Amino acid sequence: MKGRRVVVTGLGLISPLGVGVEKSWSGLLQGRSGIRGITHFDASLFATRIAGEVDGFKPEDYIEPKEVKKMDRFIHFGVAASTMAVADAGLKIDENNAARVGVYVGAGMGGLPAIEHYHKVMLEKGPRRITPFFIPMLIINLAAGQISIKFGAKGPNSAPATACATGSHAIGDAFKVIQRGDADAMIAGGTESVITPMGIGGFNAMKALSTRNDQPERASRPFDRDRDGFVMGEGAGIMIIEELEHALARGAKIYAEIAGYGLTGDAYHITSPAPGGEGAARCMSMALKDAGMDPTEVDYINAHGTSTKYGDELESAAIKSVFKEHAYKVAVSSTKSMTGHLLGAAGGVEAVICALSIRDGMIPPTINLDNPDPECDLDYVANKARKTDIRAALSNSFGFGGTNACLLFKKFSN
Amino acid sequence: MTDEKVKEIIAKQLGVNVAEVTPEASFVEDLGADSLDTVELVMAFEETFNIEIPDEDAEKITKVKDAIAYIKNKQS
Repeated sequence: MKGRRVVVTGLGLISPLGVGVEKSWSGLLQGRSGIRGITHFDASLFATRIAGEVDGFKPEDYIEPKEVKKMDRFIHFGVAASTMAVADAGLKIDENNAARVGVYVGAGMGGLPAIEHYHKVMLEKGPRRITPFFIPMLIINLAAGQISIKFGAKGPNSAPATACATGSHAIGDAFKVIQRGDADAMIAGGTESVITPMGIGGFNAMKALSTRNDQPERASRPFDRDRDGFVMGEGAGIMIIEELEHALARGAKIYAEIAGYGLTGDAYHITSPAPGGEGAARCMSMALKDAGMDPTEVDYINAHGTSTKYGDELESAAIKSVFKEHAYKVAVSSTKSMTGHLLGAAGGVEAVICALSIRDGMIPPTINLDNPDPECDLDYVANKARKTDIRAALSNSFGFGGTNACLLFKKFSN
Repeated sequence: MTDEKVKEIIAKQLGVNVAEVTPEASFVEDLGADSLDTVELVMAFEETFNIEIPDEDAEKITKVKDAIAYIKNKQS
């Protein structure tokens, strides 16, 4: 059933480049890096001492002070970015439409900061000192839960946890909820905050993170020959998506239309992508097929592009296998070069970026791309944003466990 | 001394104004606490006054005056 069309009507963004959509977006277009030395904890003993932390965020600006302490930071981000998105969309949720507005917001890892903190409390002071809010502050679906409570959104409520593909699965699944008629509007996206000793230490143990500690702003360098792993970021990306007639009836502004969604599994390895990027390629093809669009109609691909050796190579290979000769014409950029990798929030953030790219006809660059890896020979919009009309933008997200999600956005025309 | 400190903790934990924390005020009915808030409130009393409040006692502390009386008794 593809009768119902779904459009993007509101955006919310918290990233290492700033709190708020326009602040982050202008940083991206300027090619700014949000990567700095870690301040969340003393990282001096860690191989990686850099990350993309969010500065200047006050949860009390969005959440009642009494409620703030009941949520871990990823929930603060999720609620705050949702507040921005709902306001941006001008969406009123009341008793008449509450059951038709849902929330799909996930996280890759959830409340790691709370787990680490209260585990220490438990060891030092005993089990009686564990706060009764420990579980609700850390479990992944409580972001979606808290958002629904804040806005009274009583429609479908869920939270994917598909590692680095989470945000894209959330938006894609929410798109299908509206398309099949189970809701008229959805608050959807991803949120994450795990710049903690166990978060950094765990990825360090896998040798997955960049250790370019002396040059934080140069550390995330997707597709560059000298890349040495990803840089962790934190934040949230949320969008309001809405059934077209519903959006038109209330005179909402429309950023873009969601045209297609693909989701596949590699069935190959816990952390490495499948050979040739086979699972990623099928995922992109599925999104194109779902949209009924030809690869040549796509002008921009926001790559997963994490700055890891195999990831960037195999994604480039997958794009070539799907887009054939158009692979060399389509602009591909990795905004993770500036934001770092926001894990479960990445798909949400990058969906928001795709919507803004279509709105403004601007493609944010891949920064730090000084010497492209010979295996990565596409047009990665190196180092400088580009002005160009974008008919359609594809957002790629691939996660540990071999889970893939692709979202295809197109310029709206009625 | 204890009275003021107890009221201060209640106000902070439940996110209410100290003026609302009158002796007769009930945590749940007047100050907007839910069951988890009251558990955490008792933990805050234990931590601040360095006392232990068994669950069977905690259940009986439902009003501001109950808390003040209980803590004073424990301290003496």
